[in-house]
Amino acid sequence: MAEEQKSAQKVAPLPLAQLVAALKREHPEWISEVREALGETTIIVPREHLIELCRYLKTTPGYDFNMLVDICGVDRGPEEEPRFEVNYHLFSTVSYHRLRLKVLLNEDDVHVPTATVVWRTANWHERETYDMFGIIFDGHPDLRRILLPEDWQGHPLRKDFPLRGYEPYSLK
Amino acid sequence: MGLENILTESLPEVLTTRLDSLVNWARKSSLWPATFGLACCAIEMMNATSSRNDLARFGAEVFRASPRQADVMIVSGRVSRKMAPVLRRIYDQMPEPKWVISMGACATSGGVFDNYAIVQGVDKIVPVDVYIPGCPPRPEMLVHAIMMLQEKVAKESLRDRKDAPEEESRHAVLPGTLPVTDQTTREANVVPESRPYTIASRHERRRSS
Repeated sequence: MAEEQKSAQKVAPLPLAQLVAALKREHPEWISEVREALGETTIIVPREHLIELCRYLKTTPGYDFNMLVDICGVDRGPEEEPRFEVNYHLFSTVSYHRLRLKVLLNEDDVHVPTATVVWRTANWHERETYDMFGIIFDGHPDLRRILLPEDWQGHPLRKDFPLRGYEPYSLK
Repeated sequence: MGLENILTESLPEVLTTRLDSLVNWARKSSLWPATFGLACCAIEMMNATSSRNDLARFGAEVFRASPRQADVMIVSGRVSRKMAPVLRRIYDQMPEPKWVISMGACATSGGVFDNYAIVQGVDKIVPVDVYIPGCPPRPEMLVHAIMMLQEKVAKESLRDRKDAPEEESRHAVLPGTLPVTDQTTREANVVPESRPYTIASRHERRRSS
């Protein structure tokens, strides 16, 4: 165990830009665009290849993105096309790299494959994204609302949701 | 008048009074609050019982965690829509006589949280006896509210305070127990039963009518 740690320490992790470049060389179909902004790297992924890419990033030595920090939805507004984004924030506890994966979705087809098969923690993050944005994660084991009451109507973080809700509250 | 004079002369150890005022005096002198601390107002509520403000001077320092042992529910903080059925359930579990103090701007009117997630005033769920403004109110204001409530208790009649008959309350759905589906609620096509969430207790019905 101690020797393994030593050998791991010897190999300095590659910079993130090199990792992304290598990924783009090997699997160009997985990446539709790479954005660098404010020191953060974002990979825009086609929906079909999301899970393959996630599994590759988690399990391949050298990448080791073994931590899913957050999943969050974005509503760009009803007039935008594509309207929705789903962002996956990854972190590697080996190389301390941070990476963002972004999936773009049209309003009439808000389905994303679930990431629970790769990171177990995606379960509640996806439930929250479903709760707030109505994005449906196919294959999720238990896609229920998590924050709002179970009989809630609508998805409140969508831009077209009225701030005060659809109806005044009453228990009767 | 005349009867009392005769009584005090012939039986000097006997004191006469109205049953209402005797019982109300007992009730108001030992109000036991149920804690319903929901936000920052709860910190002020805790402070009201501390040595500096000493709510015990007015007989209301015994905060109970169980609603079965409480007389006053102090709703201190913002009530979210998810918490609302739970709050109503706690209120229903308190035995009569029971009173409610709405503490702070959020519990009273929603406060600055004018949005979909917050109930705009706890009086939409339970009948409120005393409202306290402030964000958060000072402990002195809570003490004042308790004293106002004591004045109110002293004016009530015994007949006002009765629970809803048990037979009647069985028809109500227990608040906070919405049907749980085995799969996702998105897929489940459950038609909710149209039963009332709760049966209003008698004094509540009288007040709202």
